[in-house]
Amino acid sequence: MKREIPLFLTAVIGIFMILSFFVPHQVVSVPADFLQQSAVILVAFGYVLGGANALKVNFDAVYKREPGWIYKLVLIGSLIATVAIGLAEGRNWQDETTRSMWIYNNLYAPMNATMFALLAFFIASAAFRAFRIRTLEAGLLATAALIVMLGRVPVGDYATRWLPWKWAQLSSLQQWIMDNPQNSAKRAILMGAAMGVMATGLRVILGIERSYLSGED
Amino acid sequence: MSGIAERNPNRSSQEAHLAGESNRPRSRGLIHAAAVQAVVWLALGAAAPASHAAGMPPPAPPSGLTWSDTPNDAGRSVELAWKLSPDDTLATGRVTGYLIERSETPAGPWTLVDSTAAGVSGREDQSVQRDTDYFYRVTAVGPGGRTPALSVTGPVRAVSQWINQTRWSVLVFLVVFFGAVLFYMASAQAGRKPFVRRIPGIDAIEEAIGRATEMGRPVLYIPGITDIDDMQTVAGLVILESVAKITARYETQVTVPVSYPIPFAIADEMVKSGYLSAGKPELYDPRSVSFVSPEQFAFVAAITGIMLRDRPAAHIFMGSFFAESLLLAETGFSTGAIQVAGTAQVAQLPFFVVACDYTLIGEELYAASAYLSGEPKLVGSLKGADLLKLIIMAVIIVGCLLESFGIHGLTVWMNTQ
Amino acid sequence: MGWLASLQKLDRRWIFALMGALVMIPLLFPIGLKLTVSRPVQMFVDAIDRIPDGSTVLMSCDYDPASRPELVPMTQTALRQLWDKGCKVVVTVLWPGGSGIVDQTLRGVAAEPPYRGKKYGSDWVNLGYKAGNESVMVLMGQGITGAFPADYTGHSTSDYQALPIMKNVRDYSSFPLLVNISAGYPGTKEWVQQVNSRFHLPMVSGCTAVSTPEYYPYLQSGQLRGLLGGMAGAAEYELARHEHRGPATRGMDAQSLAHVFVAFCIVLGNLAQRQRGGGGGA
Repeated sequence: MKREIPLFLTAVIGIFMILSFFVPHQVVSVPADFLQQSAVILVAFGYVLGGANALKVNFDAVYKREPGWIYKLVLIGSLIATVAIGLAEGRNWQDETTRSMWIYNNLYAPMNATMFALLAFFIASAAFRAFRIRTLEAGLLATAALIVMLGRVPVGDYATRWLPWKWAQLSSLQQWIMDNPQNSAKRAILMGAAMGVMATGLRVILGIERSYLSGED
Repeated sequence: MSGIAERNPNRSSQEAHLAGESNRPRSRGLIHAAAVQAVVWLALGAAAPASHAAGMPPPAPPSGLTWSDTPNDAGRSVELAWKLSPDDTLATGRVTGYLIERSETPAGPWTLVDSTAAGVSGREDQSVQRDTDYFYRVTAVGPGGRTPALSVTGPVRAVSQWINQTRWSVLVFLVVFFGAVLFYMASAQAGRKPFVRRIPGIDAIEEAIGRATEMGRPVLYIPGITDIDDMQTVAGLVILESVAKITARYETQVTVPVSYPIPFAIADEMVKSGYLSAGKPELYDPRSVSFVSPEQFAFVAAITGIMLRDRPAAHIFMGSFFAESLLLAETGFSTGAIQVAGTAQVAQLPFFVVACDYTLIGEELYAASAYLSGEPKLVGSLKGADLLKLIIMAVIIVGCLLESFGIHGLTVWMNTQ
Repeated sequence: MGWLASLQKLDRRWIFALMGALVMIPLLFPIGLKLTVSRPVQMFVDAIDRIPDGSTVLMSCDYDPASRPELVPMTQTALRQLWDKGCKVVVTVLWPGGSGIVDQTLRGVAAEPPYRGKKYGSDWVNLGYKAGNESVMVLMGQGITGAFPADYTGHSTSDYQALPIMKNVRDYSSFPLLVNISAGYPGTKEWVQQVNSRFHLPMVSGCTAVSTPEYYPYLQSGQLRGLLGGMAGAAEYELARHEHRGPATRGMDAQSLAHVFVAFCIVLGNLAQRQRGGGGGA
């Protein structure tokens, strides 16, 4: 029963939600709406579960003095402090003068932005190191990449503004690449990926893909 | 596009309660209607029902009020249309708007349910109860006052429909798809296993694990950074079981940092299961799977730290990734590890292709779980998806030809609401 | 081995240092490169211009501080365009880390001199963050107040005294347009799949540059009525709205040099490879 009940629930709810797309009648739509609302609640509780899990895993590591346990202590302290401050400040935590907003503006936001900004450096080093033109296809790819990269910024306009034919200017070329070959390829990949999602979803709903439940068959 | 909403579902007291709202939709509706009435009177500049602006008579009434049940809904709205008042012109300025009133009997009492501006000759009433008879009247209002409606229309009744008639095309494709998948699964189980082409990235996984074993260093496996509701995470976790089985066979350590709690629990089970299938449950280390953080860049900071400290010899990224993909792949490259990636996040594919040794593109990620397990049912499902792709390609070609010749039937049929 | 081939062994940190300098210098000493407005951006502007003045518009800001340089300028300019038309704005946030920065952005625009008369609750409301991703989008189709029973400050969305803007807000049919500013998942793709296709709510999107190519099919099919792509799109939007030297425009000098540098790295890396390996691959 440990596996049968979850499989049964998955099948029933999955098929029901598919049905709700086609059947507007209240016999189907009302329970479907209830399930949607329940999903929202479940996801919210997932964060509570995540926080509890983070505390448990890191407490264990600190207790057992695993390598790097000091950093885990910092994590635990930060987690507890942020949650406690947020709870204490209640609904008005987003007012400018609160400690929660101080944490958000001076710790969370800069760290978040800094990690994202690393991408700029990594793109340059990847471009230098790894982008090799070894075949005709790679050459076409590189040409398209250069046109789009330069055409998207004002430099592209400056470089080709003198050309008498507007279609040959970088901004027009990059727009054509984005509208045509790029669009077609993207659409094809989207369709293929969507079908992959449907096939995997069907396997999960029908209980064919069941290894995620537990290891024993 | 008109921006008209999909019909609201059943709003009886039970559902309203489920939605956490008041358990008295009727009184809410009356309060709402009263508020609407107050606003409407102010907005339309009518001081009192029978008052007149200096010298200007009230406008002629609208006529020809008709109704229809809104299709493809759960019986929660009706559509009303009427002919404009003959005085509704810019030149006269005698009409500022129309009031729509509703009652459950032809004689009233009448409740104002909505209003429109001048020049508008239709409205949808989404506040009706299903299977209840109503009567409607529409009056014109202007600076000169308000003119009673010529007649009352009704009984008007909203009913539920069982099928959304605009979604037949989706249903047909879905039935064909499911039918094809089930057919080929059954066919594969009966012994006619379909051919699946080699996917180099999947073959490279065992090569990467072998290399890690030779170097005596662990394997790092990341099943994406989204939660279990993303199919890519499910695919990544299924592949993890096969990877764990191979690492168990080679007696190599595998490290699996996970970003969400539910995938963490499942990943733990998958690794355990992999070691069990390889016949080496005693080698399973519970610390090999760890929960890190659902915060994107906190997660990637932790992973890059693992890469730089522990120096795994093989990195396997299978699942949904976002902006952190290049951070992971570039950092991984700098450590000299062999890297295999697979994702259906189209925007991240270029970064993995550039920085990894092998990349599974889009659908290959979903195919990988079937490919690795070799299970006939899973392999059969791949063929079903391929068949639907062929059908879609054929429909696109036929559709383009038909459109080129001005035949729009297929396009109209495939347009959904 | 020639000097080009020896570049293959160049420490990555030199590349990082050069990139850092090329980004920092134009921010300190602006060049003032001129932009032109592209078609997807003009479509975005026109889509908002076409909605009736005074309507209530839904704006979903689905991003966090990491995407600030690209998406905050778009949010600000879109809000200004809507308020210039007298529109009211209902804002939702579907990213947990985003509610702080979105609120700061909205309040920042409301504090600008032309918009000081805009009142919270009447001209705009921030319904805050809701967990659930696509489920929230579908739930909003049943009723906005059901999905968001309170705004981010705790006022009930059925309390029309505190939030008069919500009086005429029922579900998606109450809005003529959805303005979605998104950094990834959940974002534009999910809004198109769950809301535009089911409820036929017209929408426009502003997104990060890396996501832009993915949404071009939706722009071409008409599911998106306009698209702003990354900081370049935000800068072109500022130009289209005559906002001189806005934050995105000021960043374009740095972005231009960064793009040129990356292009240079691709070419140089291949030349170095050719000199070392004699061409034909490594």
